[in-house]
Amino acid sequence: MAVSRTDPGWPLPQGLQDLPRWLIAPVPLFLLQPILTRIATHVAQSHPGLFERLEAHTHTRFLIDPVDLPFVLLLRPDANRPHLKAYRRHERVRHDACIAGTFFDLLDMIEGNADGDALFFTRDLRVTGNTQAVVTLRNALDDLEGNLVETILGGLGPLQGPASLALSAMRTIRGSRRHEY
Amino acid sequence: MNTENEANDGGYVRPELVCPAGTPAGLRTAVDAGADAVYCGFRNATNARNFPGLNFSVNELTDAIAYAHERNAKVLLAVNTFPPAGRFELWREAIDTAARLGVDAVIVADMGVADYAAQTHPQLRLHLSVQAGASSPEAIRFYCKEFGIKRVVLPRMLTVEEIAGIHGQIDCEVEAFIFGNIGMMAEGRCSLTNYATGISTNMDGVCSPAESVRYEEDAERNLNIKLDRFTIDRFAPGEKAGYPTICKGRYLCGVREQQGYYAFEEPVSLNLSALLPKLMRAGVTAFKIEGRQRSRAYVKAAVSAFRKAVDDILDGRDPGLTSLLALTEGSKETEGAFRSKLWR
Repeated sequence: MAVSRTDPGWPLPQGLQDLPRWLIAPVPLFLLQPILTRIATHVAQSHPGLFERLEAHTHTRFLIDPVDLPFVLLLRPDANRPHLKAYRRHERVRHDACIAGTFFDLLDMIEGNADGDALFFTRDLRVTGNTQAVVTLRNALDDLEGNLVETILGGLGPLQGPASLALSAMRTIRGSRRHEY
Repeated sequence: MNTENEANDGGYVRPELVCPAGTPAGLRTAVDAGADAVYCGFRNATNARNFPGLNFSVNELTDAIAYAHERNAKVLLAVNTFPPAGRFELWREAIDTAARLGVDAVIVADMGVADYAAQTHPQLRLHLSVQAGASSPEAIRFYCKEFGIKRVVLPRMLTVEEIAGIHGQIDCEVEAFIFGNIGMMAEGRCSLTNYATGISTNMDGVCSPAESVRYEEDAERNLNIKLDRFTIDRFAPGEKAGYPTICKGRYLCGVREQQGYYAFEEPVSLNLSALLPKLMRAGVTAFKIEGRQRSRAYVKAAVSAFRKAVDDILDGRDPGLTSLLALTEGSKETEGAFRSKLWR
């Protein structure tokens, strides 16, 4: 059974839940942006099937909101010109669909380790705007085997090594049993 | 294939574990987790999970069949919607493609589709979908006689005792749902979505189409769920949620005016873990897990849990029943009509 955020079995000590925010908060967005652009291009090239399933939403603006990070991401899954941009939370970003959850819940979904419907049922995942677009994105991502996170990290270029280490460390601290169905 | 129907020492016939796949990755996950058979559909209105971003292209199904067959698993293709007048070509194409690709069976609901398949591809094994709503021996025998149906998927409105009674009066295999979404007990006949959105669950293959669903949080952080112009539920902050389907909606009605009432069905999932031995004794030879719209994580968890439970029973051990509550709608599960007609 999954351990919910309010479950006493949750292995991450209070305070450390904000670890992703602490680590990323000092990073200026202008430094982050070239990395995000590189990631989007790299994923588009590595996983054309993902963009094929998203074909009907090439111009849809997806707001991805990792609620425990200091910024949100705007994704436009145009296979030819993929767009991924970070915005500070106080900015009002125009979008068509929004999916919001903790950084690790979103990551677990992308990796096929968490069920989006189950997260929705427990209210750990919030969806607003164009539901069809969100469902399409969710289903398209779920068809990706192999490790999308590794692909994403692969798009970081020289930062791949440090980023992999940081993610690995965060996972260790957080514990690996968040979604044990 | 590893589903030969021979009784083991305990008198049980080894049931086929039939598992859902909404995507090629989902199919591989199901096979790797121990599915005996996987059911899936094309990316169009011919199947009852015609959801955006889901389902298989012809090329994907070709590869999926190869993957499954290499691992002794079957692939069942759901062509289980009802063609509207003048649009039969899409269903005919699906049947022809299924036969050409060598699927192990096609799951049909419509009599016209069943007849076309039986006449054109007599070698193609046919299963009768739950969408056909065949719930009596007479109805099932009719389908078997007219279309050569080899297996019936029973509607989720029968008790285990009733299933045993039906099994004794028919000549085809019996498949029953054991886990997943459970809705109104009028499968293949529900028009609630059609009423609200103009889209037909049974002919377009989608219940509560995503383009008509809106999730809106109000100032008090209540989650309002709307289907087209109807608000069908409102969840308080922290309250467990369900699917945005009319049959699971909460309404102001009659004597319960002061609070929303689940007039049809609550957000709840079917879980027959504890009834598996009874179902096997009742003659059920295929256990079906619902959830082609769910993720690989769901498929892996549900298939693994039931694989282990079935194997435990066959080996004479107490079934190790892993809790699947975290995957259920509204974090609630039920044995529904299988236990009692009075489950509400």
